[in-house]
Parts: sequence; structure tokens; C-alpha cells
Amino acid sequence: MRHIISMLVENESGALSRIAGLFSARGYNIESLTVAATDEPSLSRMTLVTRGNDDIVEQIKKQLNKLIDVVKLQDLSEGEHIEREMMLIKLKAAGPDREELKRLTEIFRAKIIDVTEASYIVELTGASRKLDAFIEAAPEGLITEVVRSGPTGILRGAKGLTL
Amino acid sequence: MRIQAAESIRTEDACVHSNLADRPAPTKTAETGVPDGAGANVAAAAPMLSGAEITIQALIDEGVEYVFGYPGGAVLHIYDALFQRGDAIKHVLVRHEQGATHAADGYARATGKCGVCLVTSGPGATNAVTGIATAHLDSIPMVVITGQVPTPVIGSDAFQEVDTVGITRPCVKHNFLVKRLEDLALTIRKAFFIAQSGRPGPVVVDIPKDVTDPNIKVPYVYPRDLSIRSYNPAKRGHLGQIRKAVEAMLDAKRPIFYTGGGAILDDAAAPLTELVRALGFPITSTLMGLGAYPMTDKQFVGMLGMHGTYEANMAMHETDCLIAIGARFDDRVTGKIEHFCPHAEIIHVDVDPSSISKNVKVQVPIVGPVGSVVTDMLGVLRESGGRPDQTALAAWWKQIDEWRSIDCMRYDRSSPMIKPQFAVETLYKVTDGDLFLTSDVGQHQMFAAQFYPFDKPRRWINSGGLGTMGFGLPAAMGVQLGHPDAQVACISGEASILMCIQEMATCKQYSLPIKVVLLNNGYMGMVRQWQEFFYESRYAHSYVDALPDFVALAQSFGHVGMRVEKPDQLEAAMREAFAMKDRFVFLDVIVDPSENVYPMICAGKGHHEMELPPTMSERELA
Repeated sequence: MRHIISMLVENESGALSRIAGLFSARGYNIESLTVAATDEPSLSRMTLVTRGNDDIVEQIKKQLNKLIDVVKLQDLSEGEHIEREMMLIKLKAAGPDREELKRLTEIFRAKIIDVTEASYIVELTGASRKLDAFIEAAPEGLITEVVRSGPTGILRGAKGLTL
Repeated sequence: MRIQAAESIRTEDACVHSNLADRPAPTKTAETGVPDGAGANVAAAAPMLSGAEITIQALIDEGVEYVFGYPGGAVLHIYDALFQRGDAIKHVLVRHEQGATHAADGYARATGKCGVCLVTSGPGATNAVTGIATAHLDSIPMVVITGQVPTPVIGSDAFQEVDTVGITRPCVKHNFLVKRLEDLALTIRKAFFIAQSGRPGPVVVDIPKDVTDPNIKVPYVYPRDLSIRSYNPAKRGHLGQIRKAVEAMLDAKRPIFYTGGGAILDDAAAPLTELVRALGFPITSTLMGLGAYPMTDKQFVGMLGMHGTYEANMAMHETDCLIAIGARFDDRVTGKIEHFCPHAEIIHVDVDPSSISKNVKVQVPIVGPVGSVVTDMLGVLRESGGRPDQTALAAWWKQIDEWRSIDCMRYDRSSPMIKPQFAVETLYKVTDGDLFLTSDVGQHQMFAAQFYPFDKPRRWINSGGLGTMGFGLPAAMGVQLGHPDAQVACISGEASILMCIQEMATCKQYSLPIKVVLLNNGYMGMVRQWQEFFYESRYAHSYVDALPDFVALAQSFGHVGMRVEKPDQLEAAMREAFAMKDRFVFLDVIVDPSENVYPMICAGKGHHEMELPPTMSERELA
């Protein structure tokens, strides 16, 4: 099963490689990893997507928690949560394809953010599945480049992942 | 190489000075003694120290008795500060950095204190890696200070530069690169705290040379109280879970305790012994846990696992209640996981939550320090006034005694050659069971674990997790320094001993009266055994064709060397060796080269599928 693990991590050099190293050393899957600063300068927020059965995911969480740099950890998949990923996708857009791509962009509530005679860049935000669907729906042969941020996420409701 | 280092670094230092001078915070206040910036009150009372002086002073403030190390370019400032502090802290000069780590490790295992090493950058640090990984796998508290090239040249492939923090990351509990002098004291404090708390382990502190510059000083205050917001190891076990565990124990018909290195690391021997005796249950132990419960006691059924006793492994297979204490269900212990304890409800006590249900799913997990949990178990047991089912327990013991009667560790006592088992039994006899015994890795390690019953914890010092050949001799140095008046021996093989043989020079320099008992069979015995069993006796490179004359070798280092070849001479030779209280004695014992370690659970087999030693008639046939 797919799990989104969200972490508060000490904003120190080496924290990222400790986490990445843990996954490679123990043979765990890592689908994506995003990291950026938070409102508290000493903390980074990391969102990690992994797959595995319950036992493996339980072990992953324990091993992550064991790292000295990991302050707090939450498995978003355990509760109601919001997941968002951003994609920038460059498409060949010439002739009749231009109209087709515009329609597709509207259907997905995406935005065209760069236009040339031969191309569009489309920006799309949503759950990862929605991004997958857009890529599926794009007419064959038109995709030049796909850039995805990897998902980030947050639990619904008043409670937050804070210190 | 290391002399060159000093040359090349001199030029680097020049640029380091100017770099640091640009910074506002630490100033060269050797003359004024008053730093600018905040904390003038504290600073007025606090001494002004350089990074090198802080490193040494912090070790002194931690109560460190011995530092095991080897100097080099990047740590010269620190060595100078050490020199200037005279006898405030004792430095042991090893002959190879691997020796430093194993010696610090042995010291930690035998005393329960934190081992400390000091090595230089580059090859100093990489040489230390084997010892760091050894300590990591066995959860040994250790702080390793490594020198690093100056901060401005980090990443430029400078002379003797390696990414020490990167290289050691997967084999430490935690590591630090100290980039700012102001962080040094706190970082060292954190390193000791992390190394010794929770599940212990090695911590590396990598210090660039410019941070130790003797001319740049900051006020030194060693932080006594420390809390790390992201690190809060469990202090007590959950009482509800402990009650559940005690209930399960009282309901059990065929219970067994299975204890590991955690029981020794947390000094839980006393409450553990009390609990096991109060319940009257059998107890087995991993290689790492030997001595936490007296091995000569009748409730002890021997070590378990690959070369454990038949009775211990059979009891594991048949038990209905397994009480695992400070053990981690390692593959050498469990055998094939699918066959592991098929009938048991499993209670698992461990301070590290990630150890629980890692390899084997358990029903009653208890996260907490082993000592406090076992003490709480005793309390709950007494409070409840409950007693285990005595009829069931009597039947269980009857079964265990039947398994015992098979005598799974029998060997040919009439052999004209010295059997390695006999050598260990003789060692036990000669030392009255009162010995700190370190070991290398291989057959001799298993024979020692099987035939030398330890009645006290911290007496059996071996590399169980990583299985590091070369561990024994340097570890014995640390043990002897930690217990100067105790009998210390290192049991080894002719292959293992050569991996750190250079430490005989260290033993001479510090007059360490260690006794090396070398079970010399001419082969890498355990490799040879596997080749015999699983590779149709094709002995690929397990025979060392050119061995040194160990007696002459020991003598050349200034020690006493002795050789024994006949069983009837062994006891007298050992007595003679141990009678030399102030000498290092190297006892080269020529043993039967064809002896194998039995019993054995072969790969892919369960506890109930042990290979027993061949009978006399089978041996004759062979």
C-alpha cells in the first residue's frame, strides 16, 4: 500500500542524506521525497511517499523515528488528509493540437503558463492520481517534458504536526 | 604519509586564519580575555579555550579515563592540547586505528563506560571504520573523534580528506561535523549523551583542523544538562504491558527466557537472575548475552542458535511462551524464520522500538530499558502473588533434561591431538572461571562460547554482530586497562590474530599482561568447516600456507611466547602462562585441524533440525 509520511526534521546538513541513506541501506521503496523549510527556521518539513505492506511500513516509520534528526513523524495515510503535487508539463502544441490541449487544460483546471508557436507549458496541481490522469489524457507523442514535485500533504482538521 | 600531512597543512592554516578572522563571533582574545558579543557574565567566569583545548577539556569533564588514538596532521592541535594537559587524561597509542576502535570498544564492553578514540582525517578515519561498524552492530557506547581538513578546503579533495561523516553515516548511531568553534563543546556533550543513552552506539565527531586552531579561543562552558528535542529514549516500560507479560508467564506451560546483549548493556544481570529464579523457568542466551545469567546454573540451558545447544534450540521450538529480553532475533539465532518458535506467544523487551517485530512478530512488545522493565516485572509478579503452574513446569523440565542427556557438545576426549574444546575447558580450569575473555571470530569463538561458562556479565567480549576478525587482541587491551588487576585473555585463531597483530607492540608499551590463547589449526577453521559441509571439501583459500613462528614473533615484540602440541602438556603450560602476572604471554596451541563446531543448525533449517556431533563410530568411519 502507498503511504505518505510527513516529518519534521532538524534543519541540519546531513539530515536529508541520513533519510535517503536509510531507504537505500535497508532496501525500502521510496517513490518521492520533498523537503523545504517551515515557518520555524530550525525545522524542515519532509514528505515522503513509500510503498510496502503494513509490517514494512511500520519498520520504516520506526527506523525514521530512530534517526536523531527526525523530530516528529506522521503517516498521513492513516487519517483524512489532503495531498497535493504540482506538475509542469511541456507539450508540443502546433496546428489542431493547440485547441485540443487547451480543452484538456480546462477540463483539468490546469493553467497554460508559457506559450510559443510550437509549445505550451501547463501547470497542474492536485493529488498525484490527477496528475497521472492528465499525462494519460494528453494526446500521444505531444509530451516533451514532465516535471513533478512529488506529493506534499497535510492532515485535515484543527490539529497540526507541530512541536 | 602522516609526516607529510604536517607540511601540507601548514600552508592551509594560513588561509584558515584569515577566514576565521573575517567572522564576527569568535575573536582572538588571548590577550584581552574578554570576548565581544553576548554572554559577558558567563564569559567572565568561563575560561577562554581553543577548539583543541575544548576537545580535551570536554573529555576530562566527561570523566574519560583513556583515549585510544593515533596522531596525524588534522589532529595535531588536539594532540598538542592533550600533551599540555599532562596526566589529566591517559592516551594509549595504538599501532593502527582499527586497534584504537576495538580497544575503546573492549574497554566499553568490560567497564560499561563510554570508549573514546582520537584519530586523524582520511586514512585515520577509514581505518577506524571497521571498529566503528563493529561497535554499531553490537550497540557499544563509543565516541570517535576524527580530525578533518580545514573547513575552507572541505570538498576540494585535499590531502588526507575523506567525507568521514558520509562514510560512517550507515555505521554509527549518529555523527557530527563541527563547522563552528562555538558548537564544539555542546556537540561533544551531545555525542556522549547519544552514545550512552537509549540503545547505545558509536558516535563520530568530525572536527576540521581550523576549528581546533590554538590561537582562536572562545569561552568554555561544558553543558551539564542536555536535552535533544528529537531524541527521547524510553526510560520506563509501559506498566500495562508489563502486567500482560507477567500474566502470560504465569499462564505458560513451557516457558523459556531468551536474553541477549541488551541485558548486559543495561546492567540487568541482577534483576534478571532474580526474576528467572523466582519463576523457575529455563533460560537461554544469545552469543552476546552470555554471562547476564550465570551459565553454570542449572536453569541455564546453554546458548541458542546456529551453534547453540540441542536443549536450548529444542526448547525454543517447543516453547509456548518466549520471553525475549534485550535480544534482537538475529538470523544466527532464529534459523529459518518460518520455523521459529511455532507454538509461542512472544514477549519482547527492548529499549529500541525498531527492534520489536522487525524479524519476528511479537504479541507483547515492551519498549523500555531492560533493567527497569525486568525490575518492574519482578514487582508485578510479587504483587500478584501468582506462581507458575508447577506440574506443567516439572513436565517441561523433564523434557528439557531428556534433551540435555543427548550431550550435544560431546567430543573425542581420547584424541592424541589437542582438541580445541579441550583447550577451552582447560582454560576454564586454569583460570577458575574468573576471567575476562575476548575473542576473535571463527571456530575458536564458538568453542569459547560453548565451553567457557561465564557466571558474570561483561566477561565475554566478542564481535557478535559484525563478526570482525582482528577484534580480540586490541579489545583485550581496552579490557585490561579498564580492569588492571583482572586476568584478561584473548582467544583467537592463527588467521584472526594476524589481522591486528601489530597491537602486540601497544601491549608492550603499556605493559599489558594479556594472555593470548591461540587455537592454531592452520586453517580459517569456520570457513574450512563450511567448505567441508557445503562445498564438498573444496578448501578454497582457507588454508594459510605460510604462518609465522608465533613464539618467535611474540618474543620479537618483547613478550613471552610458548607453544604446546600435546594434550597432557596443555594445563601445565597454561598455568605457567597465567602465573606470569606481569607479562604478556602468547600461547600457541596446536589443535586438531579437522575439528568442527557442533551442534549446528544449517542454513535454511529450524531450531528442531540440528546436526549433532558424529558418534564415535561415525568418526572412525570418516
